[in-house]
Amino acid sequence: MLSSKASSNCHGQDSLYFLGWQVYEKNPFHEVENPTGIIQMGLAENQVSFDLVESWLRQNPDVMGLKNKDGESVFRDLALFQDYHGMPAFKNELVEYMAKIRGNKVKFDPNNLVLAAGATSANETLIFCLADPGDAILLPTPSYAGFDRDLKWRTGVEIVPIHCSSSNGFRISMFALEEAYERAQKLNLKVKGVLITNPSNPLGTTMTKDELQSLITFAIDKDIHLISDEVFSGTVFDSPCFISIMEAAMDSNLKRNTDVLSRIHIVYSLSKDLGLPGFRVGMIYSNNQTVVSAATKMSSFGLVSSQTQYLLSYMLANKKFTSHYMKRNQKRLKKRKEMLVSGLKKSGIKCLKSNAGLFCWVDMRHLLCSNTFEAETDLWKKILCEVGLNISPGSSFHCSQPGWFRVCFANMNQSTLQVALRRIKDFVERSSFDYQQNMASLSRKLISNWVRKLSSADREEQER
Amino acid sequence: MAAISKIATGNGHGENSAYFDGWKAYETNPFHPTDRPDGVIQMGLAENQLCFDFIEKWLMEHPEASICTAEGVSKFKETALFQDYHGIPEFRQAVAKFMGKVRGDRVKFDPDRIVMSGGATGAHEMVAFCLADPGEAFLVPTPYYPGFDRDLRWRTGVELVPVVCDSANDFKITIDSLQSAYHKAQEANIKIKGLLITNPSNPLGTFMDKETLKNIINFVNEKNIHLIGDEIYAATVFMEPEFVSISEVIEEVECNRDLIHIVYSLSKDMGFPGFRVGIVYSYNDTVTSCARKMSSFGLVSSQTQHLIATMLSNDEFIDNFVAESRERLFKRHKYFTWALSQIGICSLKSNAGLFIWMDLRKLLKEKTFEAEMDLWRVIIDEVKLNVSPGSSFHCHEPGWFRVCFANMDINSMEIALSRIRNFMVKNNETMVPPRNKLWRRTSLKLSLSRSLSRKMDDFIMSPSIMSPQSPLVQART
Repeated sequence: MLSSKASSNCHGQDSLYFLGWQVYEKNPFHEVENPTGIIQMGLAENQVSFDLVESWLRQNPDVMGLKNKDGESVFRDLALFQDYHGMPAFKNELVEYMAKIRGNKVKFDPNNLVLAAGATSANETLIFCLADPGDAILLPTPSYAGFDRDLKWRTGVEIVPIHCSSSNGFRISMFALEEAYERAQKLNLKVKGVLITNPSNPLGTTMTKDELQSLITFAIDKDIHLISDEVFSGTVFDSPCFISIMEAAMDSNLKRNTDVLSRIHIVYSLSKDLGLPGFRVGMIYSNNQTVVSAATKMSSFGLVSSQTQYLLSYMLANKKFTSHYMKRNQKRLKKRKEMLVSGLKKSGIKCLKSNAGLFCWVDMRHLLCSNTFEAETDLWKKILCEVGLNISPGSSFHCSQPGWFRVCFANMNQSTLQVALRRIKDFVERSSFDYQQNMASLSRKLISNWVRKLSSADREEQER
Repeated sequence: MAAISKIATGNGHGENSAYFDGWKAYETNPFHPTDRPDGVIQMGLAENQLCFDFIEKWLMEHPEASICTAEGVSKFKETALFQDYHGIPEFRQAVAKFMGKVRGDRVKFDPDRIVMSGGATGAHEMVAFCLADPGEAFLVPTPYYPGFDRDLRWRTGVELVPVVCDSANDFKITIDSLQSAYHKAQEANIKIKGLLITNPSNPLGTFMDKETLKNIINFVNEKNIHLIGDEIYAATVFMEPEFVSISEVIEEVECNRDLIHIVYSLSKDMGFPGFRVGIVYSYNDTVTSCARKMSSFGLVSSQTQHLIATMLSNDEFIDNFVAESRERLFKRHKYFTWALSQIGICSLKSNAGLFIWMDLRKLLKEKTFEAEMDLWRVIIDEVKLNVSPGSSFHCHEPGWFRVCFANMDINSMEIALSRIRNFMVKNNETMVPPRNKLWRRTSLKLSLSRSLSRKMDDFIMSPSIMSPQSPLVQART
């Protein structure tokens, strides 16, 4: 009756990642109106720097974007502008902004930039361009829960995970890469590319130049594509500084392979760095003209509203504002992250060392009653329903080891974060007390069983 | 070099058709009244540019509609963060109300069934993904919008099976033609999942009467296939009779509502193609739910949702806008078709849309599509008008052209008409002597009745429209 896409759940929204949101929405925390509600820590949003944007808006009064700098009305032109090449002024500003985030070590050409309705649409479009239904993309785990929908759902492409583990800080090893590739081959899947998220979601870490170059070498060797989702590139708040895949590819050794740039593609968005997810500004950057051409035509299915292109081209054109914003934003993210990390530490909970992102990758393995995903889900449910925090379980990121959780810190104010940390502390203390109680009662049980066994053995002796 | 996908390297995007070729010809030499008076006039773009002054006036009076003004900036943060694929509730309510008003309030739309998409382009693709698997097909009456080849087929793998309509009965859809197309598909082992109708029609500018819609609904129920009603031109109906929507007809006949889906957009009715406001309205709960999840790939910018919510919830503005837009479209259409008839050019009788379906069959050297292409090249290269040839709409008869009239000011229209006249005279197709320039304003005023002459003044007084030399498009190359 309907398509198989409509009837199945390959949209991936039955995962705990999304279920947690639904529970949150029924009982959302509010400092005043609902102080016992659930605190949303499962949404990687950047809310720490809105005041900077609002202040810019106040200083640049623009009556609905109706008039440009020369006082000419532009509303009509905006309302009619549907060219899928995008607004030239907007793309020029975007490439400059992207370069700035990368310390101006790379230059981008606006003609190689394709706009999309958010990174969601950009990722899907790129997969439509690079792979046929039934082909596969290698994806390191843990990875963003939305990729199941974005990369697979309507494209018919498969994802083959590259298993990363805590033993080396979840870094992508060449061994894991090769293993994943071979696994795909055994499944008769044609691998078309590798997709990395750098900085990583959910880890909050950035990749080294060596790691990136190894990936590039792997891609050349296997004759496949390399997609680098860099949506969190502007959230790097600590060393080491961010290195883009494009910068790594500029290395002279790799450049000798003339088509290296044609297999590297970047996905970007303003949702994380600028905290504007509602405006749906995503983009693909590629040096491969066939990809740019096809992706541009496909962008018809999800163009960026001209009204939004206009507003943001204005905003990004103000270089003083963007520099100021980047610095302050990164500083605030760092402070917020440190608050979360130190707060969790006081509860005996460690985080993976990170230097980017809007979240921490938190190690709660010691709180599991067994080293299983069932135990992880039980813990997640407890934290959601009893503690009142929506955090995201590692299983929803396809992590191969249970006990890790992604906890967001940038989508709330400081006092809410304090409330969250207090709740965690109380929970851990309660759990530890309960644990001790349980351990004590378990010991007592074991001892009494042993005693009973001993006494029954004695009796047998005596009866014999 | 690493291989790219078949979709990316194939021609499924459909841009190698004459429909888009004409645009390219226009773009290399676009008309401008002062800078490029000999350039190509764009008559291949179905845009509604007649009412911007009306809308701008409202915007100036309502600064709170923008989140960038002092009055609106307090909403900036919550709007910028809002990415819920359900859409801003006020936006959905306002769109549902507007859709009802455009249908004379004869039917109510449920805001909870409003699902966003990236324009009608995104909406069509989304509906195809929800209803059909690769290899399955939709019936589509010809002639139809060339973009459907891309929107419904390109990335979905779904096929389109034409339902041939012809001029003998004004291109109306008959049950016989539907049955015939359905059975042919069956014989070819093609599984038909639905029927897509555009009502009002692009490119015809006509719409279906209640009887025809009832028959169509009976047909889809009988075959247990979906009905997708593209109603994006609903508010462009400028003359009696009143537009009848599928949403009204299903209240009057036995119908499995799970089969009924409407595609809508603000691009044509309001003239906002740049804002990318597409809507899928399905009566099927599963489809609504699935489409909503898919809408993540093409949500409407929250900044735009906010603007539209404010605008469309203003009842007085909407009532006035719809009436004013109809009036202006009516006048423009009437003048254009009248002026063409004076030079012996007919078009299909129509009362909706932003275009006419022009009959140039008598200008063809022979009744073939090659001759149609030859004529089209002449119109582009010599007459310097970008019009769209019927073959690009999959019309089965050569000689028909879609010509848009609402995307230019009256001066550009007069220049276009004079070029057409000159061409016709040169080709001895009209009996009008060269000196008697019928459309020069003074002579026209004298020869016309008072009422039409008043209308002429209105045409002349209508505000000028965006020049193709807008800085927004200039810097592309």
